Amino acid sequence: MDFINILNLTGGELIGAYTAAYVLCALGLAMHFGFTGLLNFGQAAFAALGAYGYAISTLSWGWPWYSAVLFGLVCSAAFAVVLGIPTLRLRADYLAIVTIAAAQALRFAFGTGEYRDVTGGANGLSQFGESFYSLNFLPDGRYEIGVLTFSADEIFIRVVGWSLVILAAILLLLLTRSPWGRVLKGIREDEDAVRALGKNIFVYKLQSLAIGGSLASLGGMVFVMSSQTNQPSTWGTNFTFMIWTILLLGGAATILGPIVGGMIFFALLMFLQNVMEGLVNLGLLPFLDIAQVGQIRFLLVGLILMLLVIFRPQGIFGNKKEMQFNG
Amino acid sequence: MNRLQKGPARAFRALIAGFLLFAGLMVATPAHAEEVDPSTYPYTIAGTFLQDETAIEGVKITATLDDFSASGTSNEFGEWSIMVPELGKYKVEIDVTSIPEGFALSDPENGAIGEADLTETDFAAVLFSFGADTSTKITFADQLLIRVYAGLNFGLLLAIAAIGISLIFGTTGLNNFAHGEMVTFGALMMWFTFAVLQLNILLAALLAILATTAFGWAQDAGLWKPLRKRRMGLNQMMIVSIGFSIVARYLMLLFFEGDTKDIGGGGNIIQLGPIYTSDITLIGMAINVIALAGVALFLTRTRVGKATRAVSDNASLAASTGIDVERIIRIVWLFAAALTGVAGVLYGLQFQANWLTGFDILLLLFAAVTLGGLGTALGATVGALIIGMVVEVSSMFIPNELKYAAALVILIVILIVRPQGVLGKKQRIG
Repeated sequence: MDFINILNLTGGELIGAYTAAYVLCALGLAMHFGFTGLLNFGQAAFAALGAYGYAISTLSWGWPWYSAVLFGLVCSAAFAVVLGIPTLRLRADYLAIVTIAAAQALRFAFGTGEYRDVTGGANGLSQFGESFYSLNFLPDGRYEIGVLTFSADEIFIRVVGWSLVILAAILLLLLTRSPWGRVLKGIREDEDAVRALGKNIFVYKLQSLAIGGSLASLGGMVFVMSSQTNQPSTWGTNFTFMIWTILLLGGAATILGPIVGGMIFFALLMFLQNVMEGLVNLGLLPFLDIAQVGQIRFLLVGLILMLLVIFRPQGIFGNKKEMQFNG
Repeated sequence: MNRLQKGPARAFRALIAGFLLFAGLMVATPAHAEEVDPSTYPYTIAGTFLQDETAIEGVKITATLDDFSASGTSNEFGEWSIMVPELGKYKVEIDVTSIPEGFALSDPENGAIGEADLTETDFAAVLFSFGADTSTKITFADQLLIRVYAGLNFGLLLAIAAIGISLIFGTTGLNNFAHGEMVTFGALMMWFTFAVLQLNILLAALLAILATTAFGWAQDAGLWKPLRKRRMGLNQMMIVSIGFSIVARYLMLLFFEGDTKDIGGGGNIIQLGPIYTSDITLIGMAINVIALAGVALFLTRTRVGKATRAVSDNASLAASTGIDVERIIRIVWLFAAALTGVAGVLYGLQFQANWLTGFDILLLLFAAVTLGGLGTALGATVGALIIGMVVEVSSMFIPNELKYAAALVILIVILIVRPQGVLGKKQRIG
């Protein structure tokens, strides 16, 4: 087994573009769940709207990258309003079921062959990154960073992705420490008490849903931009559940939590997958084949999620007092 | 993107390129296309060309989707198949010039073009009709009747699984996202006992239901009871159930692999007016109705059933009247798992099964339970019948892939208008 290679791959995950994309979605979910107490299980829908909003406005209408990004953000904020108005008045577990249902319905709509001309149907869309990558100021070629080599575009998407993560983290930090953010935490702890203070909690929840959703749509854009392909199957429930696992791993009511949680999560998955593949190749795991190792990846996601919620609901960085899971 | 081409793949590409040049066509190769051996493509479109039961040999047929196209030719039995790399709705067209003398399409204008819907399955059959046109158009009313019948069947199947969710929610407050995996487990167990072990169908079904019941008991004893003892919050338990559903789903994938199992209940075709159904389906529906009636009798006539409703209404109050709440919850889990096992077995017999079967219908189950009003068994039944109807009837008006989405949209709309559900009590929502 080539441990140096495995460690390189693992290290690459720490700064991967996909990792940045998931971290952005997890920061959005931290806004929803960690700071407002909303059980949103449709984060994949917000990310999908960002991705499709960008890809469709670029491919179908030929918009430049900045209008396309804006369009993706508007789409997911609008979705937050449409979804939030009927559901945010309901109890938390209803919200969970409705958000997961809405996300699946949206994914079915994106994947159907009826609107193939616009959405690309089950195959999705590809090659929509020209306008974005034309911003890349790095000269073409291979770049070596430590032991890893990247192309100019691969470096560019990583720089953009992680810059967005830092900006999102600063935004969240400012928001949650503002008077507005204190109202959100109040809603999380005791809705009725905040209502008694004369706050319109519905409006606060809606704003939280829209802001967190917009962060997720940025995540979705980074996700599809790194490979320039956007397929409907990406935005299934597994996407949402991975974001939850990342969030709960790092700590839901923290800002550093989702970032470090995402890095640890993907590095761990990559490490375990490669070690298992190595063991399979050496014949040490005779009951598994290589394809099944990829399946075990998801099994681990479920297992980590279960164990975290049971034994350490506050995550790595969280404070137990802040993690009540109301209800 | 920098893609390294393998040797044979490059040769194949060169061949294609040469052919295209020869044909004098300028075709831009899409950047994402990867040339691989077409016989390793995972999806199949197939059919048989027959005219008055005579096979038609040598007819060329082409399937296209976007930039992709592949062809096949019918063999001496009239059979043809085309392997394709991706899911989607393929356009399938017969090369009319290749149809031998003496044979003709029933509809010379549009009859040469068909559609293969490979959006949900890995195999699609396409029918072309040759010879004099004998098929009759199905009227709208007949079609509606067929859909309503299918909706009733699907709704009844959903109902017995949804009652399980509803009973568990009622007594413990848990929204069990791992319930779909019990449906899958029941269906796959049925495949194992019936198709693999070749047992008698009743014995096989009984064993599958018992196995699912045992699975339910093990879940409660091994996971949920300890968590209830820790006084874990309900939302926290819901997330645990999501984690558990992922673990259970991928374990089943590891053990049963990802292919769709043909359980092969088969059965004999029975015609009821415009509806073609099978005896398996009719018996399944009868079993469903009996099971639903059994649940109603259990809940209203037996001591344990009454105690179950008491625990659902108010667990502390029930405990103070001497009801052993933990015992009731254990019974509810066994009962719910058994019902869900029945649903899984019947679903598998009628629609085949794979490792995602239960997960695919989980949201429909939740929609049913929420529609009817969380925590009421009667509500879950009514909700399931509505959802079953919506799913099947909607496919007359919207694309087939969107029929589940229609049910989910109905759920959201109902929650706006009547958040407590059709039969729920207002106090149940927060």
